Amino acid sequence: MSAFPQPFTALAAPLIRDNVDTDMIIPSREMRTTGRDGLAEGMFAPWRYTDADARIENPDFVLNQPEYRDAKLLLASANFGCGSSREHAVWALAEFGIKAIIAESFAPIFRGNCVRNFILPIALPRDVVEHFAACEVTIDLEAQTVTSDGATHSFDIEAEAKQMLAHGLDAIDLTLTQAGAIQEWLNADKPARPWVYLEHSR
Amino acid sequence: MARTLFDKIWDAHTVAKAQGGSSLIAIDRVFLHERTGAAALNRMAEMGRKVLDPARVFAVMDHIVDTRIGRGDGTLMQGGEGFITETRAACKAAGITLFDVNDRDQGIVHVISPEQGIVLPGLTLVAPDSHTCTQGAFGALAWGIGSSEAEHAMVTGTLRLERPKTMRVRFDGGLGFGVTAKDMILTVIARHGAGGGAGHVVEFAGDAVKALDMEARMTLCNMATEFSAMTGIIAPDAKTFEYLTARPYAPADFSDPHWQTLHSDTGASFDREIIIDAASIAPMVSWGTSPEHTIAIDQKVPEGPARAHDYMGLAAGDALAGTSLDAAFIGSCTNSRISDLRRAAAILEGRRIASSIKKALVVPGSLGVKRQAEAEGLDKIFEAAGFEWRMSGCSLCFYAGGEGFPECSRTISSTNRNFEGRQGPGIRTHIASPETVAASAIAGAIADPREYARSREAAA
Ligand code: SF4
Repeated sequence: MSAFPQPFTALAAPLIRDNVDTDMIIPSREMRTTGRDGLAEGMFAPWRYTDADARIENPDFVLNQPEYRDAKLLLASANFGCGSSREHAVWALAEFGIKAIIAESFAPIFRGNCVRNFILPIALPRDVVEHFAACEVTIDLEAQTVTSDGATHSFDIEAEAKQMLAHGLDAIDLTLTQAGAIQEWLNADKPARPWVYLEHSR
Repeated sequence: MARTLFDKIWDAHTVAKAQGGSSLIAIDRVFLHERTGAAALNRMAEMGRKVLDPARVFAVMDHIVDTRIGRGDGTLMQGGEGFITETRAACKAAGITLFDVNDRDQGIVHVISPEQGIVLPGLTLVAPDSHTCTQGAFGALAWGIGSSEAEHAMVTGTLRLERPKTMRVRFDGGLGFGVTAKDMILTVIARHGAGGGAGHVVEFAGDAVKALDMEARMTLCNMATEFSAMTGIIAPDAKTFEYLTARPYAPADFSDPHWQTLHSDTGASFDREIIIDAASIAPMVSWGTSPEHTIAIDQKVPEGPARAHDYMGLAAGDALAGTSLDAAFIGSCTNSRISDLRRAAAILEGRRIASSIKKALVVPGSLGVKRQAEAEGLDKIFEAAGFEWRMSGCSLCFYAGGEGFPECSRTISSTNRNFEGRQGPGIRTHIASPETVAASAIAGAIADPREYARSREAAA
């Protein structure tokens, strides 16, 4: 895993459609193993290929166009990543090489998955996103700004997500630094809610 | 200060507040399924990490298991068997309770968790599945997460979260004849948009919610995720405690005073409130490719996104009722419990599905539901009507690459998602209640269940 690259400038690949769900990003039938790898090829399969089984490309699809074949920055619109919680959607995007997504809005589970896999999710108004299409865009994570064509826009990100992205921090390691507090909480909770703590395994 | 039910559960589970506004929230229960379970457990093992408390983690085989009678680990999905065998091995190694393919209690995760009394009021429960919100019907804070978050929850017993906003959706008055919880939630989404609940925990309340039985409450909460909410929740009441009493993992009784504290206080304030007159709700059917593309069955298709009209082959102004169908599906964590099957069977009894319907399935939500239905003879009613009777699982609620509907079928389905390709490439899905599915299968076209139910009542 690696931190979000800084400085970051990339050509923005526009996929500006509402409600793109995770099954479109990675169709269920493209998830063939229990692992996290080998997913990039099936990414957006219904749109990317005219024949998904034979992998015959649809030349009209944005990521098949020469300038976007190695896209690092994706533009999307409202409710991007809705539907199934499958993290494979983010794994596929990460494997493809996407480092940041700028969208009007994200589905919440998908957004969390992005951060955990070091893809920076940025929400900005629709007209701003549309304006970025096919432009060189520079993202400054530290300053929380996106700049293109001389215009700079600020974006919001939670302090912790920012820290994780900036330093490539693993969320579990971060939390385990508070193992003591967790144990204390459990010690106090056990007598109060004994029904939570199951003994038996079947 | 007056607090909402959500506030009470959140505050009670706050282990620590982190810098930047997020909190470390204790997680009481984790559920895994075979689609992502092995990936999470194997990665934990690779990293040398252990499940903090295996007795509070459960796994189930439901997503890609075969649902044909006589099944084993084999599945029609390419590579599917590997998900099953790897998950089984990983659960065993981690010491996690697994409801295996042919365990007598196997079923869809959100159906068996309540059946087993694993979800309880006031608990936090997570699963790498977006419909975990179903279990909010029991007054638990239950929501869907990603696979990495599931690892986080298993290893640390916590999740790091920003506090969501709260919304109350109040249904005043009573439902009309033939109108169900499915129609209630579809109405919320149709009126307020598929993004309407974003960032919120939605408490469902009001007379029409109190009147629902526990199974219908699960249907209502199930589609909170289609409303983009973090989850749905309903305050527990006598029905909740009665349902859970004596279930295998539930406490023997609910006499502890704690249980009576789990409700929103009078005067508690919500960030948003929506009020719906229950009597204004009709049986609902989706016309497009988002759950918000849903209308009352007697309405005409409105103007929507061109892609949705193209995909569904329906133009603005077309009547939805009477649209001819190729397939029908009753199942999924939305509508596959015994009461759903009873209501569908009541419409189908003594009738046959139209000859134009090429595939019609009933997939019980759990093997427990299946046994109960068979004891009541419902399987015979479904089979006599022309439906196939299956083993339990997610089945064709989503297309995994194995079994499918005939190419480009127009399908009426008791499921929760009508996205492009959700039930297979080119499949056009209309989501509706189980009774609407049953009535439509008989008609061979989208049909109003009230007409079928009424004629039955008149005959009785
Ligand atoms: S029944 Fe459908 S919606 Fe429910 S958990 Fe299974 S695949 Fe998901």
